[in-house]
Amino acid sequence: MVRHVIAPVDELPPGTRKFLIIDERPIAIFNIKGEFFGLLNRCPHQGAALCEGPLIGLAQSSNPGEIEYTKLGEIIRCPWHGWEFDIRTGQSYCDPKRFRARAYPVNVEPGSAVVKGPYVAETIKVAVESDYVVVDL
Amino acid sequence: MTSPIAGGVDCDLHPAVPHLTSLLPYMNDYWRDQVTTRGMTDLVSQSYPTNSPISSRPDWRPGQGKPGSDLADMQRQALDPFRVRYGICNPLYGVQMVFSEDMQDAFCRALNDWLVKEWLDKDARLRGSIVIPTQSVEKSVAEIERCGKDSRFVQVLLLVMGDMPLGKRAYWPIYAAAERLGLTIGIHAGSAYHNPPTSIGWGSYHIEDYVAQATAFQTQLTSLIVEGVFARHPALKMVMLESGFTWLPAYLWRLHKFWRGIRMETPWVDRAPLEIVRSNIRFSLQPVDAPPDPATLNRLFDHMQSDELLLFSTDYPHWQFDGDEVLPPGLSGDLVRKIMIDNPLATYGRLEFAKETTP
Amino acid sequence: MNVQFRPEPSTSLSLKTAIADCDIHPARATATELYPFLAKRWHAHLETYGKQAYHGMMEGPPYPKAQPNASRRDAWPPEGGPQGSSLSFMQKQLLDPYNVALGVLNPLASGQGLRNQDLAGAICSAINDWQIERWTSKDSRLKGSIVVANEDGPTAAAEIRKRAGDPNFVQVLLLSRNVEPLGQRRYWPIYEAAQEIGLPVGVHAFGFGGNPLTPSGWPSFYIEEMVGHSQCQQTALASLVLEGVFERFSKLKMVMIEAGFGWAPSLAWRLDKTFEKLHSEVPHLKRKPSEYIRDHIWWTTQPMEDPERRDHLFQTIEWIGWDKLLFATDYPHWDFDEPSRVLPAGVSAANREAFYLGNAKKLYGVA
Repeated sequence: MVRHVIAPVDELPPGTRKFLIIDERPIAIFNIKGEFFGLLNRCPHQGAALCEGPLIGLAQSSNPGEIEYTKLGEIIRCPWHGWEFDIRTGQSYCDPKRFRARAYPVNVEPGSAVVKGPYVAETIKVAVESDYVVVDL
Repeated sequence: MTSPIAGGVDCDLHPAVPHLTSLLPYMNDYWRDQVTTRGMTDLVSQSYPTNSPISSRPDWRPGQGKPGSDLADMQRQALDPFRVRYGICNPLYGVQMVFSEDMQDAFCRALNDWLVKEWLDKDARLRGSIVIPTQSVEKSVAEIERCGKDSRFVQVLLLVMGDMPLGKRAYWPIYAAAERLGLTIGIHAGSAYHNPPTSIGWGSYHIEDYVAQATAFQTQLTSLIVEGVFARHPALKMVMLESGFTWLPAYLWRLHKFWRGIRMETPWVDRAPLEIVRSNIRFSLQPVDAPPDPATLNRLFDHMQSDELLLFSTDYPHWQFDGDEVLPPGLSGDLVRKIMIDNPLATYGRLEFAKETTP
Repeated sequence: MNVQFRPEPSTSLSLKTAIADCDIHPARATATELYPFLAKRWHAHLETYGKQAYHGMMEGPPYPKAQPNASRRDAWPPEGGPQGSSLSFMQKQLLDPYNVALGVLNPLASGQGLRNQDLAGAICSAINDWQIERWTSKDSRLKGSIVVANEDGPTAAAEIRKRAGDPNFVQVLLLSRNVEPLGQRRYWPIYEAAQEIGLPVGVHAFGFGGNPLTPSGWPSFYIEEMVGHSQCQQTALASLVLEGVFERFSKLKMVMIEAGFGWAPSLAWRLDKTFEKLHSEVPHLKRKPSEYIRDHIWWTTQPMEDPERRDHLFQTIEWIGWDKLLFATDYPHWDFDEPSRVLPAGVSAANREAFYLGNAKKLYGVA
């Protein structure tokens, strides 16, 4: 596993997502209300760019007609076939046993730690006084 | 051919009401006078014209009167030769075509009482289905509760083509009453003709209506599943009667594919449609819409991925098979036992109950 | 290590072998894009009264779709306009990466299913001119479908004959849902004209004819409409067979588009079985229903049935015939089938070629 420095925290404010390719893998990093998440930008179903889909909530119901709507903004819906995935775990909701989107841990690290390594950050300039978004893959 | 075994359950028999006037003894004075003074005609539905070839096997057609209108014929032609332990009567008299809920209620009550007196009381093997006035859900529930006291009624009977899709929530009190009383819901081919008999309008021919019955079952199954009937009533069993079943696998592939993408529209559907069908839906055996070669049929059974879905039926007196070839060729002995005995007993909870309580 | 911070927009796997895409939906970038092809009288009419289809909505569909415009969310053209409205973006997202050698255009928001037949005829004719001007004349891989005023047989037939011999068009397009089932005689002038000019008639799922979506009335949910298209298509096909359309028009070829194909064997068996008993009602039929289907009907693949076990799908295809399937993506719609994903390994090279390209080239007469 390699830790990649993606961007200074300021460049990924809440409600934004960043697309990048790391070692030929398409990745998207999301900032959702200050929390960071990483997903492979490829739907496990038919290969669509999953992370271009909208972030919605999770509709569940134990009583027809009554809908509990939770995890607001934490469910990514595939831009093609509409499959829903939990951005925290990559779990699909239509077939959780067979289909899961690849999720990557994303953390915020202080520049002082990033400078020491073992991070890969050759395309980003790291300053000790800033915080950075770091993805493990 | 595959030989039937003794002790089975025939889940689809059609005793025929000889004429609307046959029900007069079971109506109150007002409705008796209404029928006679207004000159009401017999309620024969276009779904089953009396003389249509599908309405009766040629060798089962009586010299006079409607096919299936004579108990002795039914005994001699279906109950005895197939050695069944139980036969479930699904009257197809055209009361569903009536628009007035009051008239429909009167006719349904008469029909159910007629079934008890003229059939169930006369042969201990027979069990009944409660025909309900669907123009009024309230009256339907009342009729289910009234008839449900007789443990020989094992099912509530609906037609596959009615006023609204059967999953619609307005109908749910019917399902609640059935579940409460341990009754199965049977949905039978046939139309009330309150809507065009196909999804795309009125065709020209009787054969078109009959072929379209299978598609009507498909739309009803979608409605029942996606509206959440089985999320609310997980123990409720529904039986598709004279529906055909060879369409089921491809239908489910399509429904499953769309459900995976539009799950959020009906989130109470929290498992794959196929699983809901396996736990809650059953199909009567006849008609078998497949070529007579065992290889094709066995492939279809494999596509269905369950041997618990089919329930033995002759569809008496309708013409679905000839001679005693009620079971398609190539069925294993184990599958025959399941179709004829195990599956029906597991579906109709009241059959065993009735055995214990009826002398 | 290789980090790219500005990745290209997602493109899918390139296909080495060419394919046909037999169901592509071109859209108009603006509401007025059709005006140059439409008599002035109709501009004001549309703006005042709207299209007046056989449903109540002035705009949009009665069952809201699963995605905006029922389309992939990554198919919005960069220059604006709805999905499917830009030729250059369609080339970049569909035709080039998937190596599409033949793309059949099926315009949906046309003049079909309208109550005003003069308007229907005018819009359909305009759509046909628009297909040539904006699409087929600019990319030779694309071929058009002649859309016609479906409820007005003589006008529809005249429009078809007007396009006779025009290499921009490879089929006549109808929708499955009409005022009456498609076998009814009001539609026969369409079949007669199509047979005469030698084009197949495609019947695409959808449409409005005023009939409830099920024989028990209107259902509640979009998923019921989507699944229900296959039931509508089954009854439309049954009507075509039972009315004797293929007896009357013995050279007519028809394509069932976007309604699935898995139901075909069961429907054919049911038709045959019922016909055995009830043939006296339809003495105009000289052959078993399944034989008309086998000889006259082709099927586009999308949305491909998707069983848990793939061998079940292949067994179903064997019942229909590998020579009868026409691959389609349904671009830009959301239920797009990705070309490289629909057939796994194990299908013979000959069947694969027929499925992806050969059958379509033969049927549509495109070299």
